[in-house]
Amino acid sequence: MRHLLSIDDLGRAGIDEVCDLAESFLQVTQREIPKVPALRGKTVASVFYEDSTRTRLSFETAAKRLSADTMTFSVSTSSVKKGESLRDTVQTIEAMGVDAMVVRHPSAGAPHRVSMWVDAAVVNAGDGRHEHPTQALLDVFTIRRHRGRELDGARVAIVGDVRRSRVARSGAKALAALGAHVTLVGPPTMLPESLDGWPATSVCDLDAVLGDLDVIYLLRIQHERRDAMHFPSLREYTTRYGLTIERAARLAPDTLVMHPGPMNRGVEIAPEVAEGPASVITEQVANGVAIRMAVLYSILGSGTLMSGAGGSGSLGTGAVVV
Amino acid sequence: MSDLLVIKGGRVVDATGTRDADVLVEGGHVTKIGTGLRGDRVLDASGAIVAPGLVDLHVHLREPGGEEAETIESGARAAALGGFTAIVAMPNTEPPQDDPAVVSSVLAKGATSLCDVHVAGAITIGRAGEALAPMGEMYALGVRIFTDDGACVASAGVMRAALEYSRSLPGAVIAQHAEDETLATGHMNEGEWSSRLGIPGRPAAAEELIVARDCLLAELTGTPVHFLHLSTAGSIDLVRGAKARGVRVTAEAAPHHFTLTDAACQSFDPLFKVNPPLRTAADVAAVKAGLADGTIDAIATDHAPHPTEAKERTFEEAPPGMLGVETALALAMTELVEPGVMALEEALARLSWGPAAIAGLTDHGGPIAVGAVANLCVIDPSLEWTVDATKLASRATNTPYDGRRLTGRVRHTILRGEAVVTDGEARR
Repeated sequence: MRHLLSIDDLGRAGIDEVCDLAESFLQVTQREIPKVPALRGKTVASVFYEDSTRTRLSFETAAKRLSADTMTFSVSTSSVKKGESLRDTVQTIEAMGVDAMVVRHPSAGAPHRVSMWVDAAVVNAGDGRHEHPTQALLDVFTIRRHRGRELDGARVAIVGDVRRSRVARSGAKALAALGAHVTLVGPPTMLPESLDGWPATSVCDLDAVLGDLDVIYLLRIQHERRDAMHFPSLREYTTRYGLTIERAARLAPDTLVMHPGPMNRGVEIAPEVAEGPASVITEQVANGVAIRMAVLYSILGSGTLMSGAGGSGSLGTGAVVV
Repeated sequence: MSDLLVIKGGRVVDATGTRDADVLVEGGHVTKIGTGLRGDRVLDASGAIVAPGLVDLHVHLREPGGEEAETIESGARAAALGGFTAIVAMPNTEPPQDDPAVVSSVLAKGATSLCDVHVAGAITIGRAGEALAPMGEMYALGVRIFTDDGACVASAGVMRAALEYSRSLPGAVIAQHAEDETLATGHMNEGEWSSRLGIPGRPAAAEELIVARDCLLAELTGTPVHFLHLSTAGSIDLVRGAKARGVRVTAEAAPHHFTLTDAACQSFDPLFKVNPPLRTAADVAAVKAGLADGTIDAIATDHAPHPTEAKERTFEEAPPGMLGVETALALAMTELVEPGVMALEEALARLSWGPAAIAGLTDHGGPIAVGAVANLCVIDPSLEWTVDATKLASRATNTPYDGRRLTGRVRHTILRGEAVVTDGEARR
């Protein structure tokens, strides 16, 4: 794998491989010294054109636990609009000597463009409404850890502003690749205009699907987009699509509750539900570091690792020891 | 200009028909048409078509304000190389062509360039869609096409007022960039590909709403409307229906709208970003059918140069538009004539005398007859060539056709009797 731009780059086998690798790295992260020298001497740059402390920290933590050097380039979109082109910016960063760029951008396709202009490997950390492949990987990884490796036939509802969500698009692709049935749920103004490219079905009535789910995945409601006429009010959204205590009570006992964060407590999810026994939201965050270690390692690793601090375990191909 | 210039051995094609003949040019006019003509200077037209110079109703020359992308001189040079003897410069310059001073300055610069530069005046001040610009004062300077192109005249009331006012300016035409900006908020055609790519879309209905509305306003006011760059099957049906009812509407289509589809956007390369956007294969077929049956009167390029760095951004951030004047004829030959969508004569009608009639340009568009102003182009109909973005005459390089193999190329262009392009090279 040269770049990770889209879930399409992986397919079922690729997703399985990254998840298996992440399983080993998860063990690394639980050690006393959660660090291996796998990427010593490599440099990973975070190139963030959009605020996202969580995703950036997750990637940088992953890089550091693999002993890579990290650098951060974050910039507000407005200042870039006045200044240099995206191409100039990323070529300047590359000239400082980086092996991989983790790119977050408010516009679809930005990491694809960057991958044409630099020799470094490019990891998509979220591009516009398009994709967020590492989020999807950590989500399926989290589900696998609860349900076992096979997701064939699993029923997953993704609820919220699906139309404007890169998390939903990557998630639906990854889940469908593993054989899960994905249902997109939201008011019609938040569902895709068409289902082209969405391996999923869609419904407007959350209550109709609630009792029949293995996973309910809630998307963050973007307050700042409320003036754009997608729904009348937060209260009405919560009434119709929020995972309230009452709705949560109607879920099957083993239904997993997931959210990519950051949550609007009391809007798309009730605080009691977010902290309830069915919620795996905190696990998602922890798993994110392991998945991003696996992705960075898959892209940058030489495949022949030295024994790291504090024990060993088998990785991916079986030839690699950490 | 008293030299005798003879265009020798070609097939003369214009609105009156086709004949094999030499054309003698003297003093800026055609002075003789026949065989075995002699002159001081011979332009070889053997195996070639001798046609009235092409007319482009829709170019962005970027001067004043955007000279890093194009100037009046460079844009006109590119147009001459593309076989055009007249082009109409759109008003979205900085400052905009919404008052007589800016119009005069563009006309003055155009007067010495390699093709005739006509100016489209803005309909409203600042192209803001509110107060009418001084159309009469611009008309007095020769402006015949008025448009806020780049922006749609969104208000039906303002559009009606512009149409009514234009009745006092004989031969003037109001041209609309038909896109409802409250619907066309995205960056590419809304459909299968926008759904796959996560790029916000511009639905076909955004264009069709305005086309439908302005057909009704043309009917209400009895005043002609010209639709710029139609791109959807629905728009073309609306215009076809309006014309059948006798409503005075005309329309143009751009070469990219009969050549490319929205699938090209999957590269995320903003070279393929344009407004209205590249549409589906069904829309491309409808544009071709509209050109073939005359619903669409003109091929107009919407030549829109942008500096390289402006396109080295993401699809959503880059400005819309692509180069057009140097590839238009070859695309018409390759996409329309060669596959049999229309005859060569019909393609030339859409590229020359059709648009000349809309713009009221009596010196352009033929017919090629004794006494006519010698605005001509000589076309190699079967010459194959490969587009090289770096070799185009435009200052900018934003062509989506770089590396594309095309058939048909301009050999010579004659502007008011002067051979400004010979053997595919500009002569001054």
